Amino acid sequence: MLKISDLKVRYGGIEAVKGISLEVPEGQIVTLIGANGAGKSTTLRTIAGLVKPAEGRIQLKGEDITGLAPDKIVTQGITLVPEGRHVFPDMTVLENLKIGAYLRKDSLEEDLKWIYDLFPRLKERSWQAAGTLSGGEQQMLAVGRALMSHPKIMMMDEPSLGLAPIVVKGIFDIIREVNRQGVTILLIEQNANMALKVADLAYVMETGHITLSGPGQELMKDEAVKKAYLGK
Amino acid sequence: MKQNKSKKGLVIALIAIAALLAVVIVLENTLKPTSMLFTVLKKGAVYSLVAVSLNLLNGFTGLFSLGQAGFMLLGAYTYAILTVPTASRDTVYYLYGGSAVNFSLPELFGGGAAGLIVGVTLGLILAGLAAAFFAWLIGLPVLRLKSDYLAIATLGFAEIIRAVFQWDKLGPVTNGANMIKSFPTFTDFNIKDAGGQVVLRLSTFFPFLVAVICIGIIVLLIHSSYGRAFKAIREDEIAAEAMGIDLARHKMLSFCISAFFSGVGGALLAMYSNQVQAKLFTSALSYELLLIVVIGGIGSVTGSCLASFLYIAASEWWLRGLDEDPFVIGNIAISAPGFFRTGLRMVVFSVIIMVVVLFFRRGIMGDKELPNLFKPRKKSKQKEAAK
Repeated sequence: MLKISDLKVRYGGIEAVKGISLEVPEGQIVTLIGANGAGKSTTLRTIAGLVKPAEGRIQLKGEDITGLAPDKIVTQGITLVPEGRHVFPDMTVLENLKIGAYLRKDSLEEDLKWIYDLFPRLKERSWQAAGTLSGGEQQMLAVGRALMSHPKIMMMDEPSLGLAPIVVKGIFDIIREVNRQGVTILLIEQNANMALKVADLAYVMETGHITLSGPGQELMKDEAVKKAYLGK
Repeated sequence: MKQNKSKKGLVIALIAIAALLAVVIVLENTLKPTSMLFTVLKKGAVYSLVAVSLNLLNGFTGLFSLGQAGFMLLGAYTYAILTVPTASRDTVYYLYGGSAVNFSLPELFGGGAAGLIVGVTLGLILAGLAAAFFAWLIGLPVLRLKSDYLAIATLGFAEIIRAVFQWDKLGPVTNGANMIKSFPTFTDFNIKDAGGQVVLRLSTFFPFLVAVICIGIIVLLIHSSYGRAFKAIREDEIAAEAMGIDLARHKMLSFCISAFFSGVGGALLAMYSNQVQAKLFTSALSYELLLIVVIGGIGSVTGSCLASFLYIAASEWWLRGLDEDPFVIGNIAISAPGFFRTGLRMVVFSVIIMVVVLFFRRGIMGDKELPNLFKPRKKSKQKEAAK
């Protein structure tokens, strides 16, 4: 569904992404793992339109979306759950969710119900300021907010960041559930163990290049991956 | 159910506003028109409007602007230049041998009461549009800046505008550094009988009405999806952009709308003081407004209005006595000629402001609105929402 070819991104003189190609097939969970500074976040930010690529092409269902403005890309059906959650702290949970659907003109009632079914916790807290939620709840809100735009692909930047292991497990259950309901997922993670377990397809990124790719389960058995990312 | 509740709130708000306007009319026609109360009410209404417009920018969109005086100046001049009666133009512009603008809006619409109302309304709208247009122009480069840098850039703009309007070469239009006067003011809205006797005073009602309408529009905007987008930008630009909110467009929109209403406010300030002169729109005016917004509560519309009236009342009225010797409270007169003298008022006022800021860290209202204070606490609201 999403196809990236020879993508290069530069910040000033520094090349953060040095020509990567990857594919995200429809209906799957795809993960991009790698150490800090490998260029994972940059890749996601470029797909979302927040950063302009220096070279390369990004295609969604065969349509070129390279270098479009972020609002156009959201309209095309790609949303980003930013790293560190980035909920709007002084706005209520409900307002946060409504912002997620900002570019849609149709009725939100059904989607709100969908999100609240997915995250009953958010329904309980719908009048609470988002800044007063716990880290896990904020992550749920960030996911819910992204889903409100009706994405075809939801990109998640380090959803497990700063969360307790039990909460991380919950988040990954949600990722699976959202995926089962038909949303394609592109996930980047440092928690390689978790990410590889849920991923249908995984890419390993190192200093701006993709060094390995394959089904998640397969990569978990790969010696190099084990050594570098799984601590075994 | 929520729909019903917000509808009920709206009805209550409308009734409260109508009652407020009615009280203003009653007060105006029963009390002595020279009472300081009316100075405070008129100026307070004007400041409320500008403070709310600044709050839209500063409190709701998170853009720190210090250029409000500049937009007010643009509005005040636009209004004044377009509405000075043609007969008075030669006396007003005597240094420049008459005005380059040889029409007057109220006269274009046939003069009389109808001409006055249509002409002044149009004048106010054009005042807003002029300010908004300049906001758009300077917004193109300036809105790329953030926080303090944006404040410095807008402050610079206000200073430049003030200098340009005093430029001698523009004299036939702006009357140079001299004042423009004789244009329709608040007192022109008093209804007089054939003998020139005032039948119904509306000179305080008029600025209230304009301020209420404009603030109403701003409140509607804040509660629309645009308002939500503004707040999202204030809280987290990265997330707002990731949600598909076009940052540049929304910032520009907020900046221009804020400037529009500041322009209208500037025109009202000109009407209040019966004259316009560029040197009055100093950066001190911008600071005053910023102070009002901060005292009222950043992100609270009712807070800004409340703070405007308190600020004007304290600085113009309640503390006046401190400037004169002897100082009188009720029946007691204290005489200390060296102590109670011109300027003490501002000293006491500054101390009061410091105390207020110390004890109300987030302003009088925080980011709450007045009606929130009467509502049951969040808990019960939550239960209702869950039903």
